[in-house]
Amino acid sequence: MNTKLIFSIAQSLLIARWKQTLVAAIGVTFSITMFIALLGFMTGLNDLLDGLILNRSPHIRIYNEIKPTKNQPINLSADYTNHYNFIQSVKSGGSRQEIYNSAAILQTLKNDDRVLGYSPKITTPVFFNDGTIDIAGIVNGIDVLSESKLFHFTDYITAGTGTDLSKVSNSIVLGKGLAEKLFAEIGDMVQITTVKGERFPLKVVGYFQSGIRDYDKTQSYASIITVQKLMGKAGNYITDIQVKLKNINAAPAVAKEYSQFFTADAEDIQTANAQYETGSFIRTLISYSVGITLLIVAGFGIYNILNMMIYEKMDSIAILKATGFSGTDVKWIFLVIALSIGFFGGLAGLLFGFLLSVVIDQVPFVTASLPTIKTYPINYNPIFYGIATGFSLITTYLAGWFPSRKASKADPVIIIRGK
Amino acid sequence: MSAIILEAKKINKYFHDPETVRVLTDISFFVKKGEFVSVTGKSGCGKSTLLYILSTMDTDYEGELLIEDESVRTKKEAQRAAIRNEKIGFVFQFHYLLNEFTVLKNVMLPGLKLNKYPAKEVEHRAMEKLTMLGIEKLALKNANQISGGEKQRVAIARALINDPQIIMGDEPTGNLDKKNSEVVFDIFKQLAEEYNQTLLIVTHDTGFSARTHRIIEMEDGMIIG
Repeated sequence: MNTKLIFSIAQSLLIARWKQTLVAAIGVTFSITMFIALLGFMTGLNDLLDGLILNRSPHIRIYNEIKPTKNQPINLSADYTNHYNFIQSVKSGGSRQEIYNSAAILQTLKNDDRVLGYSPKITTPVFFNDGTIDIAGIVNGIDVLSESKLFHFTDYITAGTGTDLSKVSNSIVLGKGLAEKLFAEIGDMVQITTVKGERFPLKVVGYFQSGIRDYDKTQSYASIITVQKLMGKAGNYITDIQVKLKNINAAPAVAKEYSQFFTADAEDIQTANAQYETGSFIRTLISYSVGITLLIVAGFGIYNILNMMIYEKMDSIAILKATGFSGTDVKWIFLVIALSIGFFGGLAGLLFGFLLSVVIDQVPFVTASLPTIKTYPINYNPIFYGIATGFSLITTYLAGWFPSRKASKADPVIIIRGK
Repeated sequence: MSAIILEAKKINKYFHDPETVRVLTDISFFVKKGEFVSVTGKSGCGKSTLLYILSTMDTDYEGELLIEDESVRTKKEAQRAAIRNEKIGFVFQFHYLLNEFTVLKNVMLPGLKLNKYPAKEVEHRAMEKLTMLGIEKLALKNANQISGGEKQRVAIARALINDPQIIMGDEPTGNLDKKNSEVVFDIFKQLAEEYNQTLLIVTHDTGFSARTHRIIEMEDGMIIG
């Protein structure tokens, strides 16, 4: 088969009907453009929404759940191993919220290849005292540096400076909602009562806005040392270790392993945030369906135009066959026509899709709940461009297949005699 | 004695729609190299049907067709296309040029398909054929910008591009006026006598056929003389 000749014939046929060709190509261009822009936008939004939770969530959280001990002391006693022990009214023991042997655990995590980073944490409920009112809240004792590095802590500080937590002793960053309730300005002192009943003054060094309003109404952050002081605990007291892995999908397996190894509870992100996974999966599914529908519609357009073109070109097909072009040659001529429409239309579509994405990326999108977002989010994942290219070629190939087959089967005798 | 280019052996053909009609009955004849043969007969006598069988485009027949001693009946579609490309040149009643191409490209296409010579050489040969037929000035015009008589001459140039064993014509002058018919006939005559080109022309124009070397006369699907 003479490829060069087939391409040159296809090209001449295309140029001879350049208006039809253009319409077909514009159909492909439009659908690819929309596919790229739609997926980029939807995925951008998805990432943003997931990021609200997932960026700030550890992949694995190691902690001690408040629950009854599985092995009650009597079961551990050698004297009663062969007895059947009935224990009534078992109570949860809250005394061991502390992670035991935390320094060794942190050392192990540091040496684990799968771990991107970790951040120790203490969480404790407190009351914020404002005059006669007590507001229930939570103080998170964090390591500001690792928390910022792994969970973008400082991104969500809307006023003041997050890093002041580690510089100013007895300082606190309040959730925006909580600060409004307490009427606390930066630099003010707020009074805190711990669960043990001790009162503590802390200096406000910043506001924190997570994008989830209810969360901001109760949460506050202080350095680990401040919280240890608050609770009257020693310097190795921590209640949570947040781990970020290199591969998020490994989290459930690694969590199970840690849970056994460290004899603590370990919760993975997939279990903790299952609803977000489902949500983003459904949204992705919808955008792909819409995008692929667009491409299929464009495919039907190409099918129609090629069909018409083949009816118009029956004489030419007959003459090509009479002068020695085989059915396969004729089929390839029309397939090349279809694929060129797909290829060039698709190429233009990729370009316009990218440009449209860039434009959407510039559109202001300001919302109080998302302090770090200024414009609509767009995901420029090259995979979308790959899928779009693949699909434009596949749909145009299929759209060209049936008309081309018809052309290859056309009987020149019938056409020539029919005149 | 010259070589036999084309031989038909007991060719029978039926049309089945709407009812079975026998259109060709036991057609047997041969064409030797350098012969200028015309097939004549009234409308509907089956002469065009025969030509399409001889051209290898129609395969729905009984009997045997040999081109240069090779049977074509059993060959596949692509092989028959290759035979048409290399060994048969075609001239139709309606000129059937491809309007998307220039005159030159129209002439070149079968040559490019044959792929025996590089494109430059094919172009050179195409120009030679056009010059031989006195229409080299038209080379770069579009196929739809030239007159009917000129189109038919371009079609002849296209038929000649691969130096075929035989040129077949289906009423090549049927759609032309007296003057152009003369021109086309003279070209055929010149090809036959100066270039020893084998020609098989179907025509109902008795003035045309009378001047060819051999006349095959048909009636009701049979050769009568």
